Amino acid sequence: MSPRKRRFEFARVPAQIGQDLDERLGAATLLRRALNKVFPNHWSFLLGEIALYSFIVLLLTGTFLALFFDPSMTEVAYDGSYTPLRGEMMSQAYATSLHLSFDVRGGLIMRQMHHWAALLFMASILVHMFRVFFTGAFRKPREMNWVVGVLLFWLGFFEGFAGYSLPDDALSGTGLRIATAIILSIPVIGTWTYTSLFGGEFPGTEILPRLYIVHVFLIPLLLLGLITVHLALMVKQKHTQWPGPKATEHNVVGVRMVPGFALKTTGFFLLIFGLIALMGGLVQINPLWLFGPYKGEVVSAASQPDWYVMFLDGSTRLMPDWDLTIGPYTIPAIFWPTVVLPGVLTMLAVFYPAIDRRIYKDYEAHHLLQRPRDVPVRTALGMMAISFWLVLTISGGNDIVAEKFDISLNAMTWAGRVGLLIVPPIAYWVTYRICLGLQQHDREVLAHGVETGIIKRLPDGRFIEVHQPLADGHLEYAGTPVPKKMNKLGALGPAIRGFFFPIEKPAPPPPAVTPVSPADAPRELEEAPPKY
Amino acid sequence: MSSEHHAPVADPSFDVDDPRNTRFDLVREGLRRDGMEIAYYEPAFPPGRKSKVEKRIERSIALLFVLAGLFAVAFVVAYIWWPWKYEMGATASKFYTPILALTLGGSLVLLAFGIIAWAKKLLPHEVVIQDRHDGASPYDEQRLTGAAIMNIVDETGIRRRPLLKAALALPAAGLGVAAVAPLVGALIKDPNDGHPLLKTGWNPENNNGRPVRLTRQDGTPVRPEEVSPGGQMTVFPGIPGGATNKWADSPVLLIHLRQADADRLRASIAASQAALAEGRDVTRPVVDGMWQNFVAYSKICTHAGCPASLYEQQTNRLLCPCHQSQFLITEQAKPVFGPAHRKLPMLPLDVEDGFLVARSDFLEPIGPTYWERPVEINEQEATS
Ligand code: HEM
Ligand code: FES
Repeated sequence: MSPRKRRFEFARVPAQIGQDLDERLGAATLLRRALNKVFPNHWSFLLGEIALYSFIVLLLTGTFLALFFDPSMTEVAYDGSYTPLRGEMMSQAYATSLHLSFDVRGGLIMRQMHHWAALLFMASILVHMFRVFFTGAFRKPREMNWVVGVLLFWLGFFEGFAGYSLPDDALSGTGLRIATAIILSIPVIGTWTYTSLFGGEFPGTEILPRLYIVHVFLIPLLLLGLITVHLALMVKQKHTQWPGPKATEHNVVGVRMVPGFALKTTGFFLLIFGLIALMGGLVQINPLWLFGPYKGEVVSAASQPDWYVMFLDGSTRLMPDWDLTIGPYTIPAIFWPTVVLPGVLTMLAVFYPAIDRRIYKDYEAHHLLQRPRDVPVRTALGMMAISFWLVLTISGGNDIVAEKFDISLNAMTWAGRVGLLIVPPIAYWVTYRICLGLQQHDREVLAHGVETGIIKRLPDGRFIEVHQPLADGHLEYAGTPVPKKMNKLGALGPAIRGFFFPIEKPAPPPPAVTPVSPADAPRELEEAPPKY
Repeated sequence: MSSEHHAPVADPSFDVDDPRNTRFDLVREGLRRDGMEIAYYEPAFPPGRKSKVEKRIERSIALLFVLAGLFAVAFVVAYIWWPWKYEMGATASKFYTPILALTLGGSLVLLAFGIIAWAKKLLPHEVVIQDRHDGASPYDEQRLTGAAIMNIVDETGIRRRPLLKAALALPAAGLGVAAVAPLVGALIKDPNDGHPLLKTGWNPENNNGRPVRLTRQDGTPVRPEEVSPGGQMTVFPGIPGGATNKWADSPVLLIHLRQADADRLRASIAASQAALAEGRDVTRPVVDGMWQNFVAYSKICTHAGCPASLYEQQTNRLLCPCHQSQFLITEQAKPVFGPAHRKLPMLPLDVEDGFLVARSDFLEPIGPTYWERPVEINEQEATS
């Protein structure tokens, strides 16, 4: 039975190719393992994917832009299609940005998709970080990936700032000028850094070409590298999961990578891509032809940076004018809110896993997530940080708020200053209370059962509400969701689901499994026979 | 730990060629060998004849795919044939970008829905459990790797030969510095070279030593009578390129004060001069730069360099839109609100041949504060 003599069979081709490849690579086991890798399912695990997919869109659209954009700061007279600016002197960078918007077929949608993707990228990074924080996913062994995440945020921040500066319109130039003040404020090395980066005085002719190479090469390369590390660590350490049926600290419960996860995530990528395309063409962003070229003496009120920069704008606005004089030297007030504050915030974030270990005296590795309510101190600290950031971000637009609601600007500034001091502690206290309340409610249901809505009159005339106990015996508090409504118990039959059609055969009964971990309370709950 | 830790165990006697095994048995065995186990598995629909529901789902997913394809075609058609060239006014080209968005975005979103529906409706429902193999490597693995590393260190002999170690430190340090030297060396620019931070376009050195005229954007000089009382105007140094970003540090706001305001400003300057003479504490420099009722302030905010240019007539304040610092014009533009700490530098004015000129450069560095910023620049430097 010599294989050479065999008649050609079309159906055997894939198997033959597979065999040929394996004879050369010996990768059959590896491939099967990769195809079968288990991935747990939860909506909150999609947040990181949004960041990844918007990054891909950034690479695609950015490469297109780079084919037409020229970061040169040489002054030229505009002669493109946009008549209102014809004949005006402007940098080549601004002129080519206009060229991209008006004289390149499809250039405008690419520019706007690029910008929307950048905003989505930063937003998803931030929300993804919140998810990781509030569920305790940063705990051992994942501290390194948490730090990589913090770095990714800052790289994205600087990448976005560099990109925003490139078109050299009035807004981007203003942002750059404020950046010079921040650089100048650094003690001792401020002026040297400033003249070195700008090749002399602001704006000069060097800064945009330099920012350009930073924006299209250096930071994307770093981002790509760090994203690779981020994902590799995730694959090696495997994804965390919520406690639930069968889930323990030693396994991963979910679906296989292919086809279940792969198909869904491909759909999800296309969805993100499609939404960015829709936004990019339907919702105007950064209409830089309206701002005009950057000129040192021009700025309009209500000029806002991109949202992820606004918290620094806010901190700068709220800072009192406390210049610090040391003999002949000065540390300007702007140094604190723009250099020291982000530095401190970053350090707090980087070291938070270590701080958390000490708060909870927990030095073990964990793969099961925690519900925010079950770790009230951490949740409250997180809400405190978010409220701090929110006060700053709102203050970054305080002139707009002041105008919209007809409040005096000075009042807004003072409200921001006071708010920055009192809102975070309030957020801490309120969150802490809410966490305890939610926990309490869960314990109550575990102990007494679900409210049925049935009121019963006792022989002595008192009214009580009948509770449906969840189990015959005692239920341990396990940090998993507790059913609060009767129809979550299965007593009313499964709700009929369906995305396209209202009819679908009832969901199959959950697989009969035996609990393997104490984190398994809901299994028992589901098995409790409904009593009526 | 071991009691709750059930790693799936591969069956050593499993025969992959046993004809009694179905393909799914092979799949299970493959999973088992990699520490995975199917805990629950149910095809979305039973094999055999397709039910009505199944057919309907199939059809609607197919419809999504077909629509996605049509949208994609529409995108290409619109991309090529829709008029795209920008023209002023309401023309068909206004719709070019929105149409691209609707067709491209529509196609992608429809395809996405089709694929997600496929995954959710047609794939088997499954729960697979994978063993985590978490934690550190086994103890002897750690020992073996540690030994390998230490052995490598010893094989290099670095510990036995401190001389080599010391000698190696030299090229290591040298090349380390050499690696950054070109970058830093080429980039570094001395801020004291030509004093860009202390000089602006108003310095007479830019005008062959003669006082620099105040000019408009288009380069025309300004006569005092061209600015009515209460009026103001942005002016630039009357030197080549004076209104361009080459002199982004030089824009100035020229204000013709009303009589009462001018008197207030004069009083304020006089008070500061008196305080200075008596050695009392006062912010230096005190510049009397007025010419009649005209005064000119640097537009570059002393906070972070934005143009502080929103002029509030009633309050006589200049507002900087970036972080809302406010400067009182009648008090030498001292900051009265917001994060700015220093007053806006005053440009000393004069009139020559009927045109407004700058007597000298600013007598203090304009713009944001920095570490070694001098408080004032003497008259002589500001005029040469
Ligand atoms: C995380 C990654 C990125 C972020 C956050 C980002 C952000 C931005 C932003 C906010 C702008 C201003 C957009 C506008 O014109 O409205 C911009 C412009 C630009 N970006 Fe990016 N970008 C990223 C990656 C890239 C990549 C990878 C490339 C090229 C390979 C690129 C090329 C460009 C170009 C050429 C411009 C100038 C476009 C113009 O002036 O119209 N970007 N970027
Ligand atoms: S730049 Fe003027 S207030 Fe900040």
